[in-house]
Amino acid sequence: MSREVMEYDVVIVGGGPSGLSTAIKLKQLKPEINVCLLEKASEIGAHILSGNVFETKALDELFPNWKELKAPVKTKVSEEKFLFLGKKKSISWPTWLLPKVQQNHKNYIISLANLCRWLAEQAEAIGVEIFPGFPASEILYNEDGSVKGVATQDMGLDKDGKQKDSYQPGMELHAKVTVFAEGCRGHLGKELIKKFSLDEGKSPQQYGIGFKEIWEIKEENHKEGLVMHTAGWPLDNKTYGGSFMYHAENKQVFLGYVIGLDYQNPYLSPFDEFQRFKTHTEIKKIIEGGKRISYGARALIEGGLQSLPKMYMPGALLIGCDAGTLNMPKIKGSHTAMKSGMIAAETIVEHINKNKNLSLYEENFEKSWVYEELYAARNVKPSFSWGLILGIIFTGIDQILFRGKLPFTLKHRHGDHETLKPANKMPKIEYPKPDNVITFDKTSSVYLTGTNHTENQPVHLKLKDKELPINFTLEKFDEPAQRYCPVGVYEVQTENEVKKFVINSQNCIHCKTCDIKEPSQNITWVTPEGGGGPKYGNM
Amino acid sequence: MKILVAVKRVIDYNVQVRVKEDGSGVVTENVKMSTNPPDDNAIEEAVKIKESGKATEIVAITIGEEKAQETVRKALAVGADRGILVKTNGVVEPLAVAKILKKIVEKEKPDLVFMGKQAIDDDCNQTGQMLAAILNWPQATFASKINVKEKTLEVTREVDEGLETIEVNIPSIITCDLRLNEPRYASLPNIMKAKKKPLEQIDASELGIDTKPRIEQVKVEEPPKRKAGIKVANVEELVQKLKNEAKVI
Repeated sequence: MSREVMEYDVVIVGGGPSGLSTAIKLKQLKPEINVCLLEKASEIGAHILSGNVFETKALDELFPNWKELKAPVKTKVSEEKFLFLGKKKSISWPTWLLPKVQQNHKNYIISLANLCRWLAEQAEAIGVEIFPGFPASEILYNEDGSVKGVATQDMGLDKDGKQKDSYQPGMELHAKVTVFAEGCRGHLGKELIKKFSLDEGKSPQQYGIGFKEIWEIKEENHKEGLVMHTAGWPLDNKTYGGSFMYHAENKQVFLGYVIGLDYQNPYLSPFDEFQRFKTHTEIKKIIEGGKRISYGARALIEGGLQSLPKMYMPGALLIGCDAGTLNMPKIKGSHTAMKSGMIAAETIVEHINKNKNLSLYEENFEKSWVYEELYAARNVKPSFSWGLILGIIFTGIDQILFRGKLPFTLKHRHGDHETLKPANKMPKIEYPKPDNVITFDKTSSVYLTGTNHTENQPVHLKLKDKELPINFTLEKFDEPAQRYCPVGVYEVQTENEVKKFVINSQNCIHCKTCDIKEPSQNITWVTPEGGGGPKYGNM
Repeated sequence: MKILVAVKRVIDYNVQVRVKEDGSGVVTENVKMSTNPPDDNAIEEAVKIKESGKATEIVAITIGEEKAQETVRKALAVGADRGILVKTNGVVEPLAVAKILKKIVEKEKPDLVFMGKQAIDDDCNQTGQMLAAILNWPQATFASKINVKEKTLEVTREVDEGLETIEVNIPSIITCDLRLNEPRYASLPNIMKAKKKPLEQIDASELGIDTKPRIEQVKVEEPPKRKAGIKVANVEELVQKLKNEAKVI
């Protein structure tokens, strides 16, 4: 069937910090350029989840007058703490002993979702066409193999893929350059990396899962501008992760936890580790008497420079965390994502005006401060594969003494789906029951995300082999999908003594963890019908 | 035939609504807003009638702050021809809405006024009825099926006892039920075309209507939390508990 076609100079897939910055910079450099931006969420910002302590470097370049333009970047970091947690005790680490990249006194505590909403307003004001609720679900190629554009999802299909009354076919969007900015583990980005072998000669990409809750806490416990990070309990020495707690405006704290998806024990439940973490006296004393008002989770990139794929290919660019520009030791990716988008815009303008090859992107990228930052940061994450303690010692030497200039680069050895050990070789973990005051279960948590997918649509979590979860993964790994999914999409149910693998896809919050961690790579995340997924507010 | 469709911008039905700490209302800042769901059915029905050749123009109207024009744009994207935004600040109660709509009806002279049966934010279910009263027009509420005839409409209503079919004269007010139809999706090209369709902005004060609330809102609070359920062993125990503990039988 032929679909309607629309032509643009540039089509951008994804309305996060990188995609929006590309769109804005393009219009600033070349006002007559036609730019279209597609976003799968029902509105810009609704699928954005991030800590977030924000470094303004990229924003300063994009909008030197962002303060006058009332960007939602207000709460300056006023105090910093770093704690090593033991089960009962904690040691406070003096901040002057932290690597420079982890010092935040010039940064701001923000909601990245709100910053994206503001960026979208700026973009629309200068003529960018933004379409929320329209996921790009398919890449289109020219005969010569170059990227031609994308097609949006068909709407109004039932669960068997048949057309309902409301059926609306997808559209083809053709562009001179298509920019993929889907964020971590974008499903089109994944296809491009494979098709164009963009990761050739690179280390396997590394990921983490990040949780975030927003709490409204008692006034006496709140200290606007305070930034606190922790490492240690409840994770063991082998598992990479830590927490953040940012005191934002309006008596809110942004409380979160990040766990490396290279963990080994299939019984580990990232969600329950996060819940348990909140019961530590250092944390509990702050949120006690408060109220949890938001919850969400999202996978993030941890691989750094060694895992960063080539970001250009014929007809397209791959930017932000769709490629993987997050700076792990800095625990920041918004400024690098924005900058990677701005470089994309500069490259595209040269490409269109002077017919320069898109490989120019790499040159421009390597000249930029993003590259410099990622280069200095490259050895931190891999050193933690030796355990927390050795990782910290090495990081101290690498980051404080040598400032990231050691003359070698450590590699990541395994993809995150390869690290699980068989269940019968690993200890079971008993997690405490939620108290519904400080800790909660997944059911009450998913409710806070506002996630929804129209009923009676095709399941967007595809199994390559439908029998594998029960026939193999359950026996060998006790089906870890039951635990790594932060909202309980996957369940193993027993009916008349027959085990069944159930996918509650309507609960999905688009975090992509299953697509990453499934040991046989048996689960593929594809875009559901537009507008589905979480409805995050100020996440 | 001309149809005026009233649409309202409300908090999206998937969002978990949060009560403000001081009990003065609910949090609307940075919350996803959408068209009131039965208003989508109202627009869809109007578009269907136009597509069948029985209507010539659809005008979508909303009342609210500047941002409420998104709701009108959405109506334009699925088939309304032009839009009106009546700008107001703060709470506008059903009576004030009905008075504003009356003014617009007098100006636009539509043959039919469609709207949702009620809004999911205040659940009032009053505006259509009040408008019918002050215009002295016939009304058909909770419409789940509409059949356009020569000078009348045959409307099937969702009522407690089942379905009721009535006939109303044109002009009339119709409030729409969710079962009326399945609203279509706005397509990309139609969203773009909608940006170029005319959208008239009127200040409520220009209409000479006092929109001051007549109802004083004392306090907004969350419903009490549901207690965890218990499992009973048999029917006797259930009856006994219903009788003695719950005291409902």
